[in-house]
Amino acid sequence: MLNNLVTMMCQSIPYLGTVQAGFPSPASDYAEEEIDLNRELIERPAATFYVRAVNDSMIDAHIPPGALLVVDKSLRPKNYSIVIASVDSEFLVKYYVKDKGSHTLVPANGKYKTLVITEDMDFRIWGVVTAVVIQVSKYPV
Amino acid sequence: MIALIDCNNFYCSCERVFNPGLLGRALIVLSNNDGCAISRSEEAKELGIQMAQPAFMIDDLIKKEEVNVFSSNYTLYDDMSRRVMQVIKELVPRAEVYSVDEIFADLSGMKYKDLEELGSEIKDMVGRCTGIPVTVGIAPTKTLAKMANRYAKKNRPGEGVFSADTKELVEMLLSATKIGDVWGIGKQFEALLSGKGFVTALDLVNRAPEEWIRKEMSVVGQRLFHELKGINCIPWEETTKVRKNICTSRSFGKLITRKNEVAQSIAKFTSSCGEKLRKEKTCARRVHVFLQTNPHRPQDPQYFQSITLELEVATNLTTLLLKHAMKALDMIFREGYNYQKAGVMVLDLIPQKEVQLGLFETLTYEKDQKLMEKVDELNKVFGKDVVRFGVQDYGQNWKLKQGNLSAAYTTRLHQIIKAS
Repeated sequence: MLNNLVTMMCQSIPYLGTVQAGFPSPASDYAEEEIDLNRELIERPAATFYVRAVNDSMIDAHIPPGALLVVDKSLRPKNYSIVIASVDSEFLVKYYVKDKGSHTLVPANGKYKTLVITEDMDFRIWGVVTAVVIQVSKYPV
Repeated sequence: MIALIDCNNFYCSCERVFNPGLLGRALIVLSNNDGCAISRSEEAKELGIQMAQPAFMIDDLIKKEEVNVFSSNYTLYDDMSRRVMQVIKELVPRAEVYSVDEIFADLSGMKYKDLEELGSEIKDMVGRCTGIPVTVGIAPTKTLAKMANRYAKKNRPGEGVFSADTKELVEMLLSATKIGDVWGIGKQFEALLSGKGFVTALDLVNRAPEEWIRKEMSVVGQRLFHELKGINCIPWEETTKVRKNICTSRSFGKLITRKNEVAQSIAKFTSSCGEKLRKEKTCARRVHVFLQTNPHRPQDPQYFQSITLELEVATNLTTLLLKHAMKALDMIFREGYNYQKAGVMVLDLIPQKEVQLGLFETLTYEKDQKLMEKVDELNKVFGKDVVRFGVQDYGQNWKLKQGNLSAAYTTRLHQIIKAS
């Protein structure tokens, strides 16, 4: 009860000091650093942003609607990188395919059409998706 | 060699990162309460919108030219600033954040063929990582680097880099800079120097006798004089490790139920936090307030709640901290409970000198700062909390006017950008 209380109170507190009391734990010698997903999934924190996928256009690329995308803005896209692109002030998540000078944005869902980038479009690669986070327990499917 | 890296129209550039449709279009960001323009895109400058121009004066222009107007989103700018600084700190051996959008970088010991090329690389890396365009000025001293940056903005807008790395280039830079535009020369010195016939920085370097400068402008002027001559006189500020947060909380001597009693405690805790911040010369970006009943009294209904509020600008002024702490209390206080404990925590501390204020906040800020110094002084002499603030109810009428506030794209998960 008290533990819960403390946790709830401190939800937004980044650091909570600990108080040493009683005997030190005999297991403390074996302590390792905990697994940190930030460290695993994010190579360059200063260039990493999060983006929410809103539809199922990339469903076959393991991106369901609502998925949280980890996006590294510093990376240059390779062929078939999953990218966040801005096209005429709209953000899109798609495969980026470059072929003989033509740029296309390809969905991972047969229901959606491939978008061929033309000169009259305001097109930019905004970042490259490096990981997808899906909270299955919260997933309504 | 030293580089000064300055973000171009920083607040506007931040908005554009998350709204690419605004690229190439006129855009301004307004100060707190949507008062006046504090950041303008190049296109807005071309329309004749002035820095600090009150918004109501340009209403018609905004409508006619379809200028995009944003309320200041300090949460976003702050985070983007941190990212820009991070990228630069990883590239150079030593760096010193000068303001929210400026950073000095020590380039000594770095390998390069050409300094301007190195400047370009820094600029490109910041752009690639954060989307923020920057201008890089490189020169032998901080004062000259600042000048080189200004020169690059005016004369090399395409490249965004200027390096004064030879004697000739430094002279050219000095001759292109008016006395009043030299970093560190205020109105008073400007009047003094132009009265003596010094028009450009080069005039000063070539013709002013050092003895005279020291007499008329004290050691400050002499230091500046040396900096202009290429001798480094402004030391690098070592970044000291500061505490990440300060917490003041206490159990009440007895259970209390009335809001104004809780408010008094919160006020006391808040001013204690403020005092500690001022002592350490740090400022907080967030204020956290919590409140709880006694969990060991099962006969009582239980309530515990906390909230963190963000400040528009990091501060250590008790007046501002109080305003937010009281607002926080208003939001979490519920009638009908026996409260046992409350606390205030100030979070995200940054050194006082790294805080950049809105243009018009500076005035009242200095006044407040003086007031706070007096309060601390008096309390030191006469005992803790002899001088304190009357707690007012800000609940009803305290509301910031933020008509066109963009989202906290980088710091709140439910406000991140969406892609389809």
